[in-house]
Amino acid sequence: MIRFILRRTGSLFLLLVAVSFITFTLFQLGPADPASAACGQECTPERVQEARVALGMDQPFFVQYAEYMRGLVADRMIGAPGAESLCQWPCLGKSFQTNENVSDIIARSLPYTFSMAIGALVLWTLSGVGLGLLAALRKGSPTDKFIVGAASVGVSLPIPVTGLFLLLVFVNQLHLLPFTTNEINSPFGPQGPWAWVLNYLLPWIALAVLFSASYIRVTRTNMIETFGEDFIRTARAKGLAPRTVTFKHGVRAGITPVVTMLGMDIGLLLGGAVLTEQIFSVPGLGFTAVRAAVSGDLPVTMAITMLAAFFVIVANVVVDLAYAAIDPRVRLQ
Amino acid sequence: MTQLQSPAEPGTASAATAEARPAEARSLLATAWLRIRRSKIALLSLFVVVAIMLFAILAPVLSAMSGNDPFTSNTSPEVLDDFETPGLPLPGYMYPSASHWLGVEPGLGRDLFARLAYGGQVSLTIALLSTLVSVVLGTVLGAAAGYFGGKTDAIISRLMDLFLAFPHLLLVLSLTPILQSRLRDTPLGQGSFLPMASLVIILGFFGWAYLARIVRGQVLSLREREFVEAARSFGSSHLSILFRQIIPNVMGVVLVYATMLIPTNISAEAALSFLGVGVKDPTPSWGQMLNAAQAGNWYLSDPWFLAVPGVMLVITVLAFNLLGDAVRDALDPKASRH
Repeated sequence: MIRFILRRTGSLFLLLVAVSFITFTLFQLGPADPASAACGQECTPERVQEARVALGMDQPFFVQYAEYMRGLVADRMIGAPGAESLCQWPCLGKSFQTNENVSDIIARSLPYTFSMAIGALVLWTLSGVGLGLLAALRKGSPTDKFIVGAASVGVSLPIPVTGLFLLLVFVNQLHLLPFTTNEINSPFGPQGPWAWVLNYLLPWIALAVLFSASYIRVTRTNMIETFGEDFIRTARAKGLAPRTVTFKHGVRAGITPVVTMLGMDIGLLLGGAVLTEQIFSVPGLGFTAVRAAVSGDLPVTMAITMLAAFFVIVANVVVDLAYAAIDPRVRLQ
Repeated sequence: MTQLQSPAEPGTASAATAEARPAEARSLLATAWLRIRRSKIALLSLFVVVAIMLFAILAPVLSAMSGNDPFTSNTSPEVLDDFETPGLPLPGYMYPSASHWLGVEPGLGRDLFARLAYGGQVSLTIALLSTLVSVVLGTVLGAAAGYFGGKTDAIISRLMDLFLAFPHLLLVLSLTPILQSRLRDTPLGQGSFLPMASLVIILGFFGWAYLARIVRGQVLSLREREFVEAARSFGSSHLSILFRQIIPNVMGVVLVYATMLIPTNISAEAALSFLGVGVKDPTPSWGQMLNAAQAGNWYLSDPWFLAVPGVMLVITVLAFNLLGDAVRDALDPKASRH
């Protein structure tokens, strides 16, 4: 077990380095001219050259990468010689637009993204797994057919359509919910947990509709497969209560693919629900990334992309470790 | 069959089974079609997909029939409101009518039907071409990884891991403007070509990894089969085995995955154009039309502007998804067990 964890952590580290290197390459060598993006609208050739020096782009590529990575663990100076400014660790560069530390921008966005992720996650896991299990238990019945049909429609609803529709109906027409405000980003704030729930309810629903649909499908398929296996028949044959067979034996074995999906999706969501945040104006990582992408603010998009990929990778490793705890059939070599 | 010189025992047996079960000679598409024909939902979704394709292909004909084009704006006070909500189409122009089959757009007064049809051309072209890019990359790389094994496999598999680690939408979103800045001075970067070309490249290039992983898994077992060994003993080259023996045998999985990737790419185009980094005004696409409905909160003035591109998008994605399910049930032996 310890060897497994060590090996997984080792490959995790390598993957993180690879991801950071690839992101850096894509964003640093990708743009035709990052320096002129950095110096904005009124740009003279001299100012472009200044910006190039200030960004360290006159240095060899590997030096630039090493310098960027060094910023993750130590303070570093950014800017042209003579006009440098301190960028405290973890330093991810400075925004082209506001000259703010990118790490500060990210730290400010994270609570919103967490708020979005937690509620949506709870909502879609409960509804997805619950409905999927119900459909599997009543396989072939009208209930099953209805749930499967709803899931087919659910996966086909693009977030912009659902999101705008929800806003139109619940905020604009029925006035049941407030439009999301930037002032609430935690259930422990001065407005209390209830205001937090109301504030994020619509984005949660928009995300949950799309996600729970695929959870219903995966749960249903896997539970049907599991219920058909020999150990379930054995458990039934030895006279265990149906409830015990379903939940203790069946769900425990059939839920592993759902856990994998969950890990991937948590990772994804922590990197920012780009569309949902944009539609509901929640200033999380995804929202910030769209702003930065549209305005060509490279350091910000690069840092968020890297961070989001980190979340996905780490979540995957956590899932691998969680596997062993859930499924008795999984034995780690 | 009757001309066989020495009808040895096993030979006749296999000939008899071949005659009894002509299904073995059926092509992939024929097999898929036979299965699809049996399911009402699959048939309906196929019909809808074909209808939507025709709608997009015939965009010039259809909009000429309606007497409009997607670009001419008409902001005269007879068409658009000038007082209460400036820019909102007046009652006669808001909803379907004989002159404007779906009404006109708020703000600029362009014909919505023409924009929807031409937008379909743009959205579907992007989705189909990017799917093609992903499928070619995924099949070739996945098959190469599975067939050659060793270092080739290690490198390609690590690449897959890397590509799968990136959150797709976020990466595509941040890289599209960068790619556009590169393409601007090339032949691909001219006018309305630029957003289309960049979306095809980006969506195609970042969508291959999942398929490659599946193909690799299939090829791992295929390469040990007798017919591959036979081809090898004839002295066929690796490339010839890969393209003549291996890849034709994974086409089933590839077709299934391609059908499922199309709606994903339609949604991705819609998402990116909605966010303002994909197709931009004046070029129409379904995502761009959603963007236009949200901009200036027009969809709050009248839900119609959200409904036109929104319903079209949902129907298209739903039809492709259902068709994908049907193709999977027909061609993927593992999935059709239940």
